[in-house]
Amino acid sequence: MEKSDLNLLIGGEAGQGLLTIGDLLTKCLVRAGYSVVVTQSYHSRIRGGHNTFALRVSSKQVVAPRESVDLLIALNEETVNLHRTEVVEGGLILADEAYGIGSGGCLQVPYQELSEERFANIVAFGVVSHLLGLDQKLVAKTVEDAFGKKDSQLVEKNRLALNDAFNWSGQQAVDFPKLPRVADSGQRLVMNGNEAIAMGALSAGVKFCAFYPMTPATSIALNLAAQASRMGLVVEQAEDEIAAINMAIGASFAGAPSIVPTSGGGFALMTEGVSLAGMTETPVVIVVAQRPGPATGLPTRTEQADLEFVLHAGHGEFPRAIFSPGTVEECFWLTRKAFEVALKTQSPVFILTDQFLADSSRAVIPFDLKNLKPIDSGIETDPSNLPYRRYAITESGISPRLVPGMTEHLVVAGSDEHPVDGHLTEDLNIRKQMVEKRLRKEQGIIREAISPVYSGDDRPDILMITWGSSVGAVLEAAAQLRNQSRSVGTLHFPQVWPLVPDQFMAYFQNSGEVVCIEGNAFGQLARLIRRETGFAVHRNVLRYDGLPITPEYIIRELGN
Amino acid sequence: MVSIEEYGQFETAWCPGCGNFSILESVKRGLVASRLEPHQLLFVSGIGQAAKTPHYLNANVFNGLHGRALPVATGAKLANPNLKVIVESGDGCNYGEGGNHFLAAIRRNIDLTMIVHDNQVYGLTKGQASPTTQEGFVTKAQPEGVASTPFNPIAVAVAMQASFVARGFSGMGDHLTTLIEKAIAHEGFALIDVLQPCVSFNKVNTFAWYKKRCYTLSEEYDPTDWQAAMAKATEWGDSIPLGILYRQQRPTFEARLAVLQQGGLVDRETDLRELEKIMDKFS
Repeated sequence: MEKSDLNLLIGGEAGQGLLTIGDLLTKCLVRAGYSVVVTQSYHSRIRGGHNTFALRVSSKQVVAPRESVDLLIALNEETVNLHRTEVVEGGLILADEAYGIGSGGCLQVPYQELSEERFANIVAFGVVSHLLGLDQKLVAKTVEDAFGKKDSQLVEKNRLALNDAFNWSGQQAVDFPKLPRVADSGQRLVMNGNEAIAMGALSAGVKFCAFYPMTPATSIALNLAAQASRMGLVVEQAEDEIAAINMAIGASFAGAPSIVPTSGGGFALMTEGVSLAGMTETPVVIVVAQRPGPATGLPTRTEQADLEFVLHAGHGEFPRAIFSPGTVEECFWLTRKAFEVALKTQSPVFILTDQFLADSSRAVIPFDLKNLKPIDSGIETDPSNLPYRRYAITESGISPRLVPGMTEHLVVAGSDEHPVDGHLTEDLNIRKQMVEKRLRKEQGIIREAISPVYSGDDRPDILMITWGSSVGAVLEAAAQLRNQSRSVGTLHFPQVWPLVPDQFMAYFQNSGEVVCIEGNAFGQLARLIRRETGFAVHRNVLRYDGLPITPEYIIRELGN
Repeated sequence: MVSIEEYGQFETAWCPGCGNFSILESVKRGLVASRLEPHQLLFVSGIGQAAKTPHYLNANVFNGLHGRALPVATGAKLANPNLKVIVESGDGCNYGEGGNHFLAAIRRNIDLTMIVHDNQVYGLTKGQASPTTQEGFVTKAQPEGVASTPFNPIAVAVAMQASFVARGFSGMGDHLTTLIEKAIAHEGFALIDVLQPCVSFNKVNTFAWYKKRCYTLSEEYDPTDWQAAMAKATEWGDSIPLGILYRQQRPTFEARLAVLQQGGLVDRETDLRELEKIMDKFS
C-alpha cells in the first residue's frame, strides 16, 4: 500500500531529542527526493513542556502544513493522550512499549531492549525510516553525516542502534502505507526561513549584524555568526535592542551593509532608531520575525500581527519598504532585494517573517549564485559637485553618499533637521525642502516594488488574498476548492509596503467574493488595502491562536 | 602639519560664559597635538547642548539620538577601524539615557575616546536634574530637592577597570588639552569626564565652586594602581582630583575580532564561491 502525502508528528518534552529525529527524517526524505513542510511548535522552555515537530512529506510538491496525522511518534505518554484524536483512520502511533498502550493502531517499540537510552532517537529514526520504505543506505549515511566520523565509537554505536532498529522493524507485521518512490530530483537543500534570510543577506554582501537574542529571530544572527570569519562580516550581540539598531546605523554610515534581526518586543525598542535611519538616510535592513503579542505574548508561537506596527514604527514621515516572504525561497531572494532597495534609496527596509516560517524547513533547489550580480553599495568616492554635501537636493531625492574616512571630504549626518551640509538648521524653508527631498525617494521604492503574485482563473468566483507565510495554506486550500469544481484565484503579497494599486486592483474588480486570509485578529492587510485603495474585502479569514494557518482551517472558516 | 585653523570657527547656540566654549577649544588643540586631519576623525554625539559640539568644528560627524552616541560609534569603529572615533555628549545623554551603553563600552574596551561634558544639570531642557546632580539640588522638576544620590562616572569606570579613566575641568584648558591628547593616543576605551559650569541652570556648581575644589594629581600618583584609583575615584566635595585616575593596557575589542585583522568592512568583496560551499552544507 502506498500513500503520496503523509503527515508525521513527533511529540515529547524539550530535551528529549525530537528535534534530532525530526531533522534526521527531514534531511533523509529530502535526499530521497520528497517534498517536505516542517512545522515546529514548542513551549517557551529548554527542558520539559510539550513540544511537537510536524513533518509533512509528499511525493508531490507540498507548501503548507496539514492538521491530521498519519504517524504519531510519541516520545512520552502525554503525546499519545494529547494527539491520539488527530491520527487518521489507518494511521499509526509509534510509542515505547513501556507505556502499555496496546497494539491496536500502535507499534510498541522495545526501546530499552534495542539500545542504550541515549541511542533511542536513532532507533526511532530507524523504525520510522523502515515504515516509510526509505533506502537503508541513505538512512545510515544521513546519520553519519549528522554526527560526523571523528568519534569512531559513536559512529559504531549509531550504526548498531540503526541496524537493530531495521532488524526489529523487519520482523513486525505492520500495515502502514509506504511513500511512493520518486525520481531523482537532483541536489536540493534543506533550509528554513531564517537560514534562507541569513544566506540571502550573505549573498547580498552584508558586512555587519547587531542583535539582541529574541525568539524567533535569533537563529538569523546565529547563522550569520557561524559564517562571519569565512564571509568577512562582524556579528555583535548588543547590550539591548536600542544599541543593536544604533550600532547597525553607525556601521552602515561608515560603509558596512547592515542587518538587524529581532521580534516584536525588541523591535518596539528600536523604533526611535528606525526614525533615525529615516532622518539620516542611512540604509539598514531590519528583520522582524513575528510572534504573538501584545507584550511577551506567546513567545514561541506564530502570528502575523505586526504589519501595522512595522509600517508605522518610528516618529515622523519618511519612506520605507516592507517585504513579506511566504516561502523559504522568497526569504532568500527578498532579503537580497531588501539590501538592494535599502542601499539604493538610503532608507530602512523591513523583512516581515514569523515563527512558523522561521523554523519551517523545506526542500529548496540550490540558489544559482553564479549568475548573481553584486548589489551596488551606492557609495561614491568622487563627488561630482564640490564642496561635498551629504544631503544635496536632487530630483530623485537620493543624495550622493560618501562614507567617512574614505576620502578627504567630510561627511556630516544629523538627526536634527539639516541643510544640505548635514549641520543643524531651524530654517523652515529648508525644513520643507528636506521633507520633500526625503519623500521623493518613495518614487524610487515604488519603481522597485514587487507585484503581488496571482494564480487561478481569469474571473474567479472567489479570490483569496494573503501575505507572508500564510501563502502555502492559501494555495493548497485553493487547489482543494478547485477539486470541488469551484472557481478560485489566489493573490499573494510578497511586499506589503508600498502598495501599488495598479499592480492588483484589476484582480479585485474581476473577482466575485474577495477574502483576505491572514494570521492576526484585525485583518491588517485588508485594512491597509482599504486605506490605500478604498476597496473593502468582502470577508476575512483570520487566525490568532498562535498556530499557522492551514488549508483545513481556511476551508472550515469559509464554510463551503 | 595640521593647524587649528583647519578645524574652523563656527557660530554656536550656547549661552555666553558656557563651559562648552573652552572644552571645544581644548578638543581642537588636542586634535592638533595628535596631528589628526579632520577627515581622519569621526565625531559621534547624542542630544543636548554638549552634543552640538561636533557641529562647531570640521570633521566627519554623526549627530544621532539622545543617549545613543556610543552604539553608533561602536558600529562605525567596527566598520572602519582606521577612523579615530570620538564620542562627545553631556552627562544626561551618556550616563542617564545611555547608561547601559556606557557599561557595555567599558566592557568591550573598543578603541574610542569619550568626552563627557558634565555640568550636573540638563541644559537643553532647561534645568532638570541629571544623573550627576548632587542630592538636595532644587529644580522645577525636583522642587523638594533631588532625592537620588549622584552617579559617580569615574568610580563606576574605575570599578569596571575601564582602560583609561580621566577627569578634566573646563576652567583648566591646558590640562584638559593634554588629557584629550593622551586619551586619543590610548588604545582602548578612554573616558574623560569634564566638569563644567552651567551659567544658566546650575547656580551651585559654579566656575568658582569648581575652581576652589579642583586640583591636579601629583606626579607621584600611579594610575595603574587600581586600589589607589578606587580611593581617588570616590574623592568628591572639598577636593576634586583631576587627571588620569586609572589606566590599564588590555587588548581592544576590535583586536580580538579575526575578521578585522585584514582591515575594515568597507568595500570588501563578497566571496560567492565561499558562500556556495557554505550552502552545500545544507544538502
